[in-house]
Amino acid sequence: MAIPPGARLAVQAAATVGVVALWATAIAPQINPYYLQVVDYIGINIVMAVSLNLINGHTGQFSIGHAGFMALGAYGSAAITYYGGPHVLPWLTDAIGLPKGAAEGMLLNGAMLAGGLLAAIAGVVVGIPTLRLRGDYLAIATLGFGEIIRVIILNLDVVGGARGFTDIPDLAGPFWIFLWAAITVLVVARLVASTKGLAFLAVREDEIAAEAVGISTTRTKVTAFLIGAFFAGIGGGLFAHNVTYLHTNMFTFMKSIEFIVMVVLGGMGSISGSVLAAIVLTTLPEALRAIDKYRMVMYAALLIVLMLTRPQGLMGNRELRLSRLMAVFRGRRGGVARAPGAAS
Amino acid sequence: MATFIQQLLNGLAWGSVYALIALGYTMVYGVLKLINFAHGEVYMMGAMTGYYVGRWTQKADLPMALRLPVTLLGAMAACAVLGFAIERLAYKPLRSASRLSALITAIGVSLLLQNAGQLVFGADPKYFPSDSLLPYSEVVSVGEVVLSNRQLVIMVTAVVLMVALMLFVQRTRLGRAMRAVATDKNAAQLVGIPVDRIISLTFVIGSVLAAAAGVLVGLSNPKVEPLMGIMPGLKAFVAAVLGGIGNIAGAMLGGVLLGLVEVLVSGYGLSTYRDAVAFALLIGFLLFRPTGLLGRPDVAKV
Repeated sequence: MAIPPGARLAVQAAATVGVVALWATAIAPQINPYYLQVVDYIGINIVMAVSLNLINGHTGQFSIGHAGFMALGAYGSAAITYYGGPHVLPWLTDAIGLPKGAAEGMLLNGAMLAGGLLAAIAGVVVGIPTLRLRGDYLAIATLGFGEIIRVIILNLDVVGGARGFTDIPDLAGPFWIFLWAAITVLVVARLVASTKGLAFLAVREDEIAAEAVGISTTRTKVTAFLIGAFFAGIGGGLFAHNVTYLHTNMFTFMKSIEFIVMVVLGGMGSISGSVLAAIVLTTLPEALRAIDKYRMVMYAALLIVLMLTRPQGLMGNRELRLSRLMAVFRGRRGGVARAPGAAS
Repeated sequence: MATFIQQLLNGLAWGSVYALIALGYTMVYGVLKLINFAHGEVYMMGAMTGYYVGRWTQKADLPMALRLPVTLLGAMAACAVLGFAIERLAYKPLRSASRLSALITAIGVSLLLQNAGQLVFGADPKYFPSDSLLPYSEVVSVGEVVLSNRQLVIMVTAVVLMVALMLFVQRTRLGRAMRAVATDKNAAQLVGIPVDRIISLTFVIGSVLAAAAGVLVGLSNPKVEPLMGIMPGLKAFVAAVLGGIGNIAGAMLGGVLLGLVEVLVSGYGLSTYRDAVAFALLIGFLLFRPTGLLGRPDVAKV
């Protein structure tokens, strides 16, 4: 208890970077590229599910527009690296003398931060007027915004329009994906555990009572949307620079639904649940490839059966904690909650 | 001017299809407060079974006048069973769980029907036997404005079904029971209304209307395929919200309004923005009149 919180955070951050770096340099190159691709998708989906969980799970709002924010981050960052990359990269390596990897990392993260910011601004723009709405009305409004974003991008010729956006630089490998997955998990976990973060839970539990004790519910909801949308934008940026091709068909409302399913299946408000569900639901369709034609039918059937038998989700609203797992002395899934990369 | 009137006619025909689908959404929302995401797929199944029944009527060489009614009734019967099964198997066990679990289950059912449909019917589009069911002819043609017999059949069928529904809901005992369940499920139970059966009935009626919409769409847009329900399903839900969700007259009004706006927007050269306009209209409505055109405000009680 004598450790100052700043030092703890620094140790945590250093440990995370270390684990992710170890994973990306020592383990990832050994994996067959197909499996690695699936693992990369898991990382991106963790970013998406955990950020959506902040909005839907912790704050109790119901957003079905997460794919729209993801699209903004994806297209925004991809436009920067695609158009700006050829100018910025030589400048970074030649004029400043950075090694190629570092220069690419800087470009990628700069672009992703810009994409995340774009998504966050959209989150606020969507949030402020629509958060007067409740429940289903909010859900359908966010769905509408997601679709509008998609149609607007579809009509933007600079980012490929209906042809799709091709030749995006391949910059986001396992290191950046899992570093951002870890950052998302840590930020959301620390946020909801903080004094300010309790406001999110209060709004979820009882909006009127929250208002009565002096919490600005609108502000809390907009904050949740801002942060959730920012990380969705980051997730989009990772996706764009991992897959190197974007089409608006990738960001339909079915995509948003995929993330919602992860949040609900994992347990609303359980971060480790979201991580677990992201892993299960990304792996499942791939594992079911063995039964090829029937796999999507099986996926849907499993989803229905899971909801019928466990409506509260896999984890309910509990968390997997490293310490508790250690106490039980069954560290099998121990790494999942904190450093997703370590588990793979 | 002629084009404008033509667009109005097209919009009315398209809008009455939206209205038929929207009714299913709004009725189910009324009794269960559930967005039945699988409803678009019921509409798809209506079109697909309509395709098979329609081809059968052609093979069996039924008289021309009987082919379309038989196709309609066949698709409606199939979807009635489907709607009943969906409610009993997927939603009823979750009646006491959170609404969100039911919503996710609805999404699961929707995915299941899409993918099972691709497996059973094949993913490639099929061509609805419109020419055998109702050969194209022009009923009215004034200058450049043409009203085809197909558009007329779509609008008349939709209106007949909607009037029948209104009469059923307003004038019969079962309809009154349905309204009672929508107002207060527990109180309805207390006065002896078989709530579960009424809920099943609501699903069956909604599914029958969606099936009719599927067959009617097949008449004018003959390409039918297992994923055709996604967008119209979503739009019909938008229509239900525009009219005021839970409100039957509102769903009709919202459907026709949305159909008109969409057709006008694409008719005047903005067709790529068609989907965006529908949703922009939705958001505009939600912001300034969140209860829709005819919905009553929902007062939050502490």
